[in-house]
Amino acid sequence: MKETSALQYPVALTADQTPPTSPEARHTAARTLTRWKERIIESLLLLAAFSSVAITLGIVGILVFESATFFAHVSIREFLTDPLWTPLFAAPHFGIMSLVMGTLVTTAVALAVALPVGTIVAIYLSEFAPATLREILKPVMELLSAIPTVVYGYFALQFMSPLLQKLIPGLPTFNMLSAGMVMGIMIIPYVSSLSEDAMRAVPMSLREGAYALGANRIITALKVVYPAALSGIVASYILAISRAIGETMIVAVAAGMQPNLTIDPREPAATITAFIVQVSLGDLPHGSIGYQSIFAAGITLFIMTLIFNILGYVLRKRFREVY
Amino acid sequence: MSQFKQIIAKRKRQDFVFNIIGILCTLIGIVTLGALLGDLLMDGLPRLSLAFLTSFPSRFAEQAGILSSWVGTLLIMIVTACTAVPLGVAAGVYLEEYARRNWLTNLIEINIANLAGVPSIIYGLMALGLLVYKFRLGTSVLTGGLTLAFLILPVVIVATREALRTIPQGIREAAYALGSTQWQVVRHHLLPYSVGGTMTGVIIALSRAIGETAPLITIGALTFIAFLPPPPVSAAPPFVSFEWLSSPFSVLPIQMFNWVSRPDQNFVVNAAAAGLVLIVVTLSLNAVAILIRYRVRKRIKW
Repeated sequence: MKETSALQYPVALTADQTPPTSPEARHTAARTLTRWKERIIESLLLLAAFSSVAITLGIVGILVFESATFFAHVSIREFLTDPLWTPLFAAPHFGIMSLVMGTLVTTAVALAVALPVGTIVAIYLSEFAPATLREILKPVMELLSAIPTVVYGYFALQFMSPLLQKLIPGLPTFNMLSAGMVMGIMIIPYVSSLSEDAMRAVPMSLREGAYALGANRIITALKVVYPAALSGIVASYILAISRAIGETMIVAVAAGMQPNLTIDPREPAATITAFIVQVSLGDLPHGSIGYQSIFAAGITLFIMTLIFNILGYVLRKRFREVY
Repeated sequence: MSQFKQIIAKRKRQDFVFNIIGILCTLIGIVTLGALLGDLLMDGLPRLSLAFLTSFPSRFAEQAGILSSWVGTLLIMIVTACTAVPLGVAAGVYLEEYARRNWLTNLIEINIANLAGVPSIIYGLMALGLLVYKFRLGTSVLTGGLTLAFLILPVVIVATREALRTIPQGIREAAYALGSTQWQVVRHHLLPYSVGGTMTGVIIALSRAIGETAPLITIGALTFIAFLPPPPVSAAPPFVSFEWLSSPFSVLPIQMFNWVSRPDQNFVVNAAAAGLVLIVVTLSLNAVAILIRYRVRKRIKW
């Protein structure tokens, strides 16, 4: 009985294998097919993830390629030291500094509004406000960054400028102050929301320790919670700076379109972004020096934001606290 | 003892003062929001009418409308959503579920974080150099849609990943235990469960994209356009046409920008009305997103 079964088994097996539709063979074939399908799907997904790298390569490639032809005409020295930026004039000047100043001044005004206000709002929402109020206020504040920037431009030009003109006599209609202030209000939620998230992530025991030593809420917030959350707060500041530097429509509408090398926020001045918009609105032939100049301006802007992003990365690492 | 009480009173006063400062600072944001809406309503509401929505732009402020620009916005958004959503969700699934810890994954992740910090106008320059001139797509609906899709891709990826991360590991393990392949787990479990979170992110990203002006101006979108792109569906065969993809376009924020920068006050009123339409669209999209987030949070209890 035993022997026959031992003999029969291999025979039965080979008999089973011969027809191609046997369950086991079908099973193996199906498994191979599934494996291949899984592998193909994974490669497609990887390709999708890699598309973001391709976008970066596209950005860097185009900026470098187009501005290389620009810098073949204009020396980097002239680009950085000439006080005038008039690339479309008959006697062109290519001094980017007047545009960079415009960008830096509007950014500084915006940050002067957004960083203190945003931080205070974050501390208030995280440490002081009752939970229900916070749940209402946070989304409402976030609406500030949901409004299209061109609408803010309208607001800066039609509302903020006339208002400031009453306070500061002689203020021109187009000025960096009103554009910068409105931009600052727009980026408050970037600071307040992210900083608040960071502060709320600080463990309760740290606060309780401070309270046990007799500290009140504000001292706890400033001396314990704020330093503990500094890594996340710095990240939010950096994001705000990046936004302010790259913001386009508010300054294009309300800060004026003339390059102006000044640090006085009451004057009108074009930013890098406003210049790119102004040139793009006109009809510039592909390959002309004016066309290339927007890429030169673009790469300057890109490098400025890149510097701040790297700085943010370094600071985040430095201030990281692990609990 | 009285000194002690004094200190306590002082500390309580400090807290009280900061409470006031905090409320005031929060009010700055809210009051601005109110002033902005009020200003737009006062200037723009009287101008808003059916004729305004169904007229082409015109040299005469009273006859001008936003037909071509809202149609343009709609078409651009279709292209943007159809590109950014599949690409972004696929990338998010890969990074969250498939990716091994290696240099390639690190590169992709650092890259996505950096892309989110690149100013939108830079995307416009890239699209101008690459799509418009290198790939010869011209200033078309397709170019505009792709530009904005690139712009919101990081947002969609991050939203997808966060939504996937909220799904407990047990769900995956249960499916694997029943013999699912990785793709089956993703297809039948992870994608359906994360759809709420992903949708929220996608809608918010699209509402951003609707308001984006700078990249589209950079690729050369028109500021004055008095015709509509060819319709995508027609009564005669072949019924479906993709000619609209290569049509020139304008969008709502560009139309508004064009009107706002004119000295004629009548056009500024038009700008306010266009801005009102823009705000209603973006705010209602945001409201939908908040609603979905709320519903999802309530419905799912792991």
